[in-house]
Amino acid sequence: MSSAPPPPLHLALKDLKDGICAIYVWPILGWMEIKQRYRRSLLGPFWLTISTGIMLAGMGPLYSKLFGQPVSAYFSYLAISFVVWIFISGMINDACIAFIQAEGYIKQMKLPLTVHVMRMVWKNLLIFAHNLLIVLIVLMFYQPKLDWHLLLAPIGVMLIATNGIWIGILLGLICARFRDIPQLITSLVQVAFFLTPVFWTPGMLGRHQWAADLNPLFHFLEIIRRPLMGEGPSILSWVAVLAVTVAGITLMLVVFPRYRARIAYWV
Amino acid sequence: MMTRVRAENIVVQFPIYGANSRSLKNTFIRTATGGLLAKDESERIVVCALNNLSFQFREGDKIGIVGHNGSGKTTLLRVLAGAYEPVRGSIEVTGRVASMLSINLGMDPEATGYENIFLRAAIMGVKPWEVPPLVDEICEFSELGNYVNMPLRTYSSGMAMRLSFAISTCVSADIILMDEWLSVGDSAFSEKAQRRLQRLLGQAKVLVLASHNEQLIRDNCNKIMRLDHGEMAGFEELSIQPTGRLPFVI
Repeated sequence: MSSAPPPPLHLALKDLKDGICAIYVWPILGWMEIKQRYRRSLLGPFWLTISTGIMLAGMGPLYSKLFGQPVSAYFSYLAISFVVWIFISGMINDACIAFIQAEGYIKQMKLPLTVHVMRMVWKNLLIFAHNLLIVLIVLMFYQPKLDWHLLLAPIGVMLIATNGIWIGILLGLICARFRDIPQLITSLVQVAFFLTPVFWTPGMLGRHQWAADLNPLFHFLEIIRRPLMGEGPSILSWVAVLAVTVAGITLMLVVFPRYRARIAYWV
Repeated sequence: MMTRVRAENIVVQFPIYGANSRSLKNTFIRTATGGLLAKDESERIVVCALNNLSFQFREGDKIGIVGHNGSGKTTLLRVLAGAYEPVRGSIEVTGRVASMLSINLGMDPEATGYENIFLRAAIMGVKPWEVPPLVDEICEFSELGNYVNMPLRTYSSGMAMRLSFAISTCVSADIILMDEWLSVGDSAFSEKAQRRLQRLLGQAKVLVLASHNEQLIRDNCNKIMRLDHGEMAGFEELSIQPTGRLPFVI
């Protein structure tokens, strides 16, 4: 009479599928989260755009001087890099609290856990969209060299968002259990901003350029940055990004089934 | 599909992280209230909230769960809602579950009443195109008038309760979970709310109501399940049909 419970992998895959397909739930949750932060402010979510703009206006002239680069070329490089960096780093930081933040939902009702991760990815996509306005403005001022490579940019965005899903599940799960990890990740991401060629170029390393190539974050940056600057990312970047994607999803498929049911007890 | 709930030997244990296991030298301590404190296989301190519970709910059952504070009532409701998966044992729930455990879950105080209707509805699994037809009915029932276009934070607590009650009860379900009374404000409104809830219960097939008030349970349920320290302490069928005299909306 009693049937065996479905295997954990099956339940985890169902959670992922139902969560990703819940397209009437996570978009509204993600959008409301952004809206909530800027309620009652006149410009609303465009503060995202403005604060990024202020940061760039401050850093651009200074670092072009420090690095001895022509302002126009450096400024467009920095603007694009910085906007893409906010997208990547924002997702890593938010991944840590993907489940912790959703504690109320997780403890009271049955929603696929993946919904909370999708909400986090969606929120960061929306922030990225707001910041793209800056990229547009900058490209208008500094004669863009746009060509068909631009079409590669959406592919890069999709790839990074896909990686956001496994990072969200994996980090969200680990951080729900070990509450010291979010602090650690935050400081690592801060250091990574300086160690990754965001405001400097790998070429500045001279013969130590390999150091940049070893950094996976550099390749993630490249797959959106290059197309926006009218160039194609290197084969190495594509390979690195795809390798990380496959490895990450595999790792997630090993860890998530084992601990999925525990998350409600941890948050 | 037949609506039913079947639980077999379910165990729910909450791990306590950061608790000093040395200060709890004895293998377990039976406290006056709350679940048993015990150690699991890996020597971690756990609160055993539900211990080896087996039961079946069928169509037509109105189950009252009674027990003192910390006996596991709310945990059991959350297991039925699908939030917690038991550590051991199996639970099978067939049918659409409506949880009245926290009817304001997900409501955003900065958003307008109107936006909150969409937000709550989305979480409850209502499709966006099904919401507009419900909006008028919700607004009328909750008597908010023009306040629907105002942020939720401007509402009185009674108004906010009325709105979340109206949204939570706007779609029918097979299984309804309730924890204690729902308090919705003034007496005129509570009668109206009680009627709405009765209508919803009429469409539902199973009601699970947890309370430590035995009279409330006797007036509204036809079966009583007693919990003590997370264990089943009795299951009785009531011969007298529920009168509904003591309303569970106040």
